[in-house]
Amino acid sequence: MLVAVLAGFILAALVPWLQPYFGERAGRLYALLPAALTLYFATFLPGVAAGEASQAVYPWVPGLGLELAFYLDGLSLLLALLISGIGAFVVLYAGDYLHGDPRQARFFVQLLAFMASMLGLVLSDNLIALFIFWELTSITSYLLIGFDHEDATARRAALQGLVVTVGGGLALLAGLVLLGTVAGTYTISEIVTQGEAIREHGHYVPLLLLVLLGAFTKSAQVPFHFWLPNAMAAPTPVSAYLHSATMVKAGVYLLARLHPALGGTDAWIAICSLIGGATMVTGAYLAVRSTGIKWVLAYSTVMALGTLTMLAGVGTEAAMVAFVVFLLGHSLYKGALFLVAGGLEHGTGTKDLLAMGGLRRAMPITALLAAVSALSLAGLPPLFGFIGKELMLESLLAAPFAGVLLTLLAVVTALLVVAAAGAVALRPFFGPYRETPEVPHEPSNAMLAGPAVLGLLSLLFGLVPGIPGDAFVSAAAGALSSEPVHAHLALWHGLTLPLGLSALAVAGGALLYSRWDRARAAMRRIDAPLYERGPEAGYDRLMAALSDLARRVTPVLQHGYLRYYIATTVLTLVALVGLTLITRYEGGLATAIDVRFYELAIAVLFVVATVFACRTQSRLGAVVSVGVVGYAVALFYLLFSAPDLSITQILVETLTVILLVLVLFKLPGFVSFSSPRQRAWDALVAGLLGTLVTLLLLVAVDHQFAAPISEYHLAESVPLGHGRNVVNVIIVDYRALDTLGEIFVVALAAIGVYSMIQYTRPAREERS
Amino acid sequence: METLMAVLVGIAFAASLYMMMRRSIVKLIIGLILLSNAANLLFFTAGGLTRGAPPLIPEGAEAPAGAVADPLPQALILTAIVISFGVLAFALVLIRKAYQVVQADDLDQMKGTDT
Amino acid sequence: MIRPRSLILQTMARLLLPLQLLFSVFMLLRGHDLPGGGFIAGLVASAGFILFLFAFGIPATRALLGVDPRSVTGAGLLLAVASALLGLLGGDPAFTAQWWQPAIPLIGTIKIGSPIIFDVGVYLTVIGALLTIVVSLAEAEE
Repeated sequence: MLVAVLAGFILAALVPWLQPYFGERAGRLYALLPAALTLYFATFLPGVAAGEASQAVYPWVPGLGLELAFYLDGLSLLLALLISGIGAFVVLYAGDYLHGDPRQARFFVQLLAFMASMLGLVLSDNLIALFIFWELTSITSYLLIGFDHEDATARRAALQGLVVTVGGGLALLAGLVLLGTVAGTYTISEIVTQGEAIREHGHYVPLLLLVLLGAFTKSAQVPFHFWLPNAMAAPTPVSAYLHSATMVKAGVYLLARLHPALGGTDAWIAICSLIGGATMVTGAYLAVRSTGIKWVLAYSTVMALGTLTMLAGVGTEAAMVAFVVFLLGHSLYKGALFLVAGGLEHGTGTKDLLAMGGLRRAMPITALLAAVSALSLAGLPPLFGFIGKELMLESLLAAPFAGVLLTLLAVVTALLVVAAAGAVALRPFFGPYRETPEVPHEPSNAMLAGPAVLGLLSLLFGLVPGIPGDAFVSAAAGALSSEPVHAHLALWHGLTLPLGLSALAVAGGALLYSRWDRARAAMRRIDAPLYERGPEAGYDRLMAALSDLARRVTPVLQHGYLRYYIATTVLTLVALVGLTLITRYEGGLATAIDVRFYELAIAVLFVVATVFACRTQSRLGAVVSVGVVGYAVALFYLLFSAPDLSITQILVETLTVILLVLVLFKLPGFVSFSSPRQRAWDALVAGLLGTLVTLLLLVAVDHQFAAPISEYHLAESVPLGHGRNVVNVIIVDYRALDTLGEIFVVALAAIGVYSMIQYTRPAREERS
Repeated sequence: METLMAVLVGIAFAASLYMMMRRSIVKLIIGLILLSNAANLLFFTAGGLTRGAPPLIPEGAEAPAGAVADPLPQALILTAIVISFGVLAFALVLIRKAYQVVQADDLDQMKGTDT
Repeated sequence: MIRPRSLILQTMARLLLPLQLLFSVFMLLRGHDLPGGGFIAGLVASAGFILFLFAFGIPATRALLGVDPRSVTGAGLLLAVASALLGLLGGDPAFTAQWWQPAIPLIGTIKIGSPIIFDVGVYLTVIGALLTIVVSLAEAEE
């Protein structure tokens, strides 16, 4: 399973080398990987249908208890199949969509890396690993939205998506850490069995709010829904994949995954069902209000995400089944519709629905595929979307909290969605033919394959709902409610209240679509003032305020005077540590005064040289006295049992003098810029720090807070380290990782010196 | 001896800080050198001073005979000495470069980031 | 700054360099048991090369080295990392020390371990880094 997750990253890393060999056909090659992954995950279907879950644990840093744990149950399997299956079609599609684009390689790197991150996200059995994959999807999404990075709109949209989702990610991280602490484990499959203890814990409410904030931002719930339509600046295959079928499902997936642990409380039910319901209606309303084909689809995605959140909130068994069916149905039809939209855009050169019309003659296959998936979107029989909608209405009618309100919202939504589906599937193809920027033509077979297969699945699952029902719906719904669920999916439930409500919605939606142009104008008149104060305007104001704040704060904090930085640091340190020392410290100070004569002589030399280095006006004098200080230190090392240090110090001191001779005398001489008053003030600050260090050192020498670990070093140096110089054994064996870091620093300093000097030359030439 | 050493370290810290607060860029370098010596000595003293018993194990023995100096601070200081030399070299070249570009040896004239 | 003039300096450098290099290898190899080790040995060897640089100038020093000091730095880092990874081959976590005691005819049993290889990496890194710094500076001052 580790291979399955990593394969996408590996292929992404190989793309730059594969692309030149395969050129235009590379997309077809890459598509083999997600296709193979789909088959691989499909082999788990029988086991999962029988109620089994697979686990795979790979030790990562065993010393720290970190492991890569993967868990495959009904829910993960459903999402893994969607990610790899739709991924295969999207990769195939993208090869033709970006036909002749020199940036193809970059695109595939990002897309494949995204796919792997998403797989890792849904398969992770560890909260921290889940979070890492979560953030990886945010980053790849950022890169893909901003793919057209020369376009300011795309850049803005990419940043907006990143700020919103990563901001939520921060909250999520805090929430997950809290959850891990409360549960005492970071393993998800263990956490979900401890639901009761977690829900009764005192930290439950803050924990829940943080996790929900993360999930809601990712899944574009009100009031964070605005980033998703803007993300449509990405190339269409990306919209189809990330921003409808997979990534935005991550938040909803998290809700479902943690439902057994966190769900079922009043807070959970109220927040999720109300926010979800609000998002659902808002999305549907905005979908009808829009005219860009991708915008209509994006808002209907917001609608679907709201529905899923609401169902996760309701949390009954019926709602869980509805959740899974709706999620599957949505992924199928929305992926297909986005790919169709891309084909339309590709074939006509416009994205505006109002500019298209009568295309059914030029693009008959596209028209047919659009119709099939749009029927599923509208929730009409015999498509799979119909079953999802019926189940949703049924579960809402029986909802324990605000059932009437939610049902009402759902019916209004269904009505609006029917109109939106009409706008996508009917408007471009019927009515009078309109001239488009390009002569309309059918997209290539590779571009039609995805919508065709996905559309067929929508139809097949609708006609024979037992296939998905037995294969994974029951298992997935069971994972959500922590009890076995047996779902009976059927197209015909008899003459029930949900069916009546559906019929009402379809009739109303058809009416609304017939008056779409007028309705849109009315909507725009009514909500224009609201738009000015909407959440997106709030986001813009927040960003503006942030840069404004930075502009004000920076000059104050970053004033550019080194000595004031130092003074601020020193005075803060002295005040805080000094205060603690005076008020809290009760022990004594070290007063060992067994000084030998020659030690005193070196000490006097040290002090005289130090003071001279500060007072002299001659550079040579300063260099010499600094050298004397260094040699005095070396003597101290030698006297107090550190021969290695002594040798090192003497060698480095010599090299320092060479270095100073090379550079210092090319620099200007010592000059006294400061006034006597300034000097006195600086001396006071420096003196304060010196006094504090002396006091601290006296305290430290007088106390031993823990047994020194070097006793172990001394005892094991010969038996384990095979060395008799314990200092060296520590450097190259006990603490080798540390030393490795240190030699890297030395190497970096050398590279820094080298590049700074190399950089000087062209700059000089330019000037002359 | 620890008491005397604590006073010495305090003086070295004070002196290095005083030099780093001067406006003349060349004095900054002197301050940096003094600072790394002071920090190493601070660490060395805090680990405890032992006369004439280096942490070496006699040939053929498994463990040192009698009490020896703590080897851990020594190992840490050893690498710190070499690193501070690398950092000093970097700082020197940086200052040299800054001087070439700005043509000023007064730190107060170097505070703008746009020069 | 560096004028290859002084005959005394040149003679001394020519005499001292081999001795210093020998001494540095000695310090490196004995470092595990007695005062010495990669850092000290690297400093000694660099000091030898720097003395040579002052006596004979940059082109002669570069010719003597044969390789760019930056490559020496890289080689040292690579060696250090490689020695850390040796532990993985033995099935242990990275950085676990591995020791071998091959018996070589005429010399007897010697001990070789990944920490010794690591120390050689430190040695090369220190030489490479210091020479990179000093040679760059010397070149810039000319």
